[in-house]
Amino acid sequence: MSVAGATRTAWPRWEMVARQRTYWWTAYKRTWKGSAVTSFVLPLLYVVAMGVLLGGFVNKGANLEGAPSYLAFVAPGLVAAHAMQTATGETTWPVMGMIRWNGTYYAMIATPVGVADVVTAQLIFVMLRIATTSAVFLSVMAPFGVFGSVVGVLLAWPVLVLVGLSFAGLFMAYSATIRNESGFAIIYRLLVVPLFLFSGAFFPISNLSTPLEWVARCTPLWHGVDLTRMLVLGDVRPGLALVHLACLLVLCLVGWWLAVWRLDKRLEV
Amino acid sequence: MPDPAGGYDEVRAGSMIWARGLRKSYGDFEAVKGIDLDVQPGESFGFLGPNGAGKSSTMRMIAAVSPPSGGELSILGMDPGTHGADIRSRLGVCPQEDTLDLELNVRDNLMVYASYFGIRRAEAAGRADELLDFVQLTEKAKAKVVDLSGGMKRRLTIARSLINDPDLLLLDEPTTGLDPQARHLLWDRLFRLKARGVTLAITTHYMDEAEQLCDRLVVMDGGRIVAEGSPLELIRQHSTREVAELRFGVGEHEALADRVADLADRVEALPDRLLLYTQDGETTLARVHERGLDPAAVLVRRSTLEDVFLRLTGRTLVD
Repeated sequence: MSVAGATRTAWPRWEMVARQRTYWWTAYKRTWKGSAVTSFVLPLLYVVAMGVLLGGFVNKGANLEGAPSYLAFVAPGLVAAHAMQTATGETTWPVMGMIRWNGTYYAMIATPVGVADVVTAQLIFVMLRIATTSAVFLSVMAPFGVFGSVVGVLLAWPVLVLVGLSFAGLFMAYSATIRNESGFAIIYRLLVVPLFLFSGAFFPISNLSTPLEWVARCTPLWHGVDLTRMLVLGDVRPGLALVHLACLLVLCLVGWWLAVWRLDKRLEV
Repeated sequence: MPDPAGGYDEVRAGSMIWARGLRKSYGDFEAVKGIDLDVQPGESFGFLGPNGAGKSSTMRMIAAVSPPSGGELSILGMDPGTHGADIRSRLGVCPQEDTLDLELNVRDNLMVYASYFGIRRAEAAGRADELLDFVQLTEKAKAKVVDLSGGMKRRLTIARSLINDPDLLLLDEPTTGLDPQARHLLWDRLFRLKARGVTLAITTHYMDEAEQLCDRLVVMDGGRIVAEGSPLELIRQHSTREVAELRFGVGEHEALADRVADLADRVEALPDRLLLYTQDGETTLARVHERGLDPAAVLVRRSTLEDVFLRLTGRTLVD
């Protein structure tokens, strides 16, 4: 046998990413049953409890940023927050598992597939998961008559995916950095839950004191909630919508980059 | 490829693994402190050393997943810094810890892994069946990995590392934790690969494994190479022909070492026995008895790599 010498094959990146589809499809097939039922039931519970029942106590004349009812106000917020939570679930324990418990990443990068390819493929998988759960959530909301326009809802769908992805990269980077699971309690308690409660999903952020309102405006979830609400209710302010979109896109890119950087460092040792 | 040193290029291009002054640091800790390597096609090359000697760090650099901190490295004639994916596409890697997918069945583990190499499904299926036969796991093809024994998992890891028909197979402590039967089966499979012309690079801390499998090996200690050669050469250079092992009562060995020091070329006092390095073990033993010493147990044997190792690193491999 001889050494063939330095021939660079230069596979395109997309091919390296595409080669991981067998893994992710296999992984999905063994977990989808567990998530299928909850992805229908959970949205229904939220919409009924928060929108219909709690919403019944909200005065008709309340300032709801132009929403005709509290149900119409809270539903887009809930679906955006749900996108964030799906992303969080997919990029915390599973990422740690692939590093510490089953070494999947180590197995993957021993092949021509590189760390950036691994991150990209996993984020595409997360993207598809968010797309699925968001579509389910939106269709659960439909019978409640909260949609302003069909086009708006169809546009809201990719925005929800973007909302989820803007968290997915960041959380993946975080999960690749921390040494054990106790780090997850911190982000769930100090980040995910406060964001869920205070990013304008349940009440207009103008209800907060001015400094807190500005803090809320800087959180990624508020951009997602507000943009989703505009689209779903059919009340789009183009300038603000573009700002929201730009913020979410930048977060996605930064998240991806951070995830590649942190995972690369983690797997090197 | 630029060639500042001059004349290395051809050597480098012809070697499976070629390194000069290779280093690896993690923060302040220097795991590999400048080693030279040259492994030729078809060779079976061993890295021997205690835990923490730098073997695994070296292996990860060779696997093109861990960039060197210094020195030069060329794998299959390519620079891992610029041709990592090309190198990895022709490597087989059997890591120290199994990284199998426990939830998948045995055969699917191979199929998923084949996809990372861009092997088409039909071809992958053929190779998977062939490899399962090769590592005697055909009957377990549909079993979940989580239900396999340690030896079976190890064999599956080896099968997985062969899915891309590699030119260079990297085995990081392939038989650690296996029972003797499982080890012998694995060794046999590795011999067959070697016979097919696959270049093997093996780290181990089992001396018998190194003697069995390696044409040539380096002994590493503290991030450096302390000796290099074939198992026989190393024994000739660093040990005597025979060794007399004497076992006395508990705690007596240190004290008795001085009383027999002049009877052998070298005496090593281990916690549980004295090793007398000598050309003729029986004669040495007779002298020991002449001195009125009466060991509880004696053994005369040939020198092994273990003795070389003890000499070079000052410690045994029992850990």
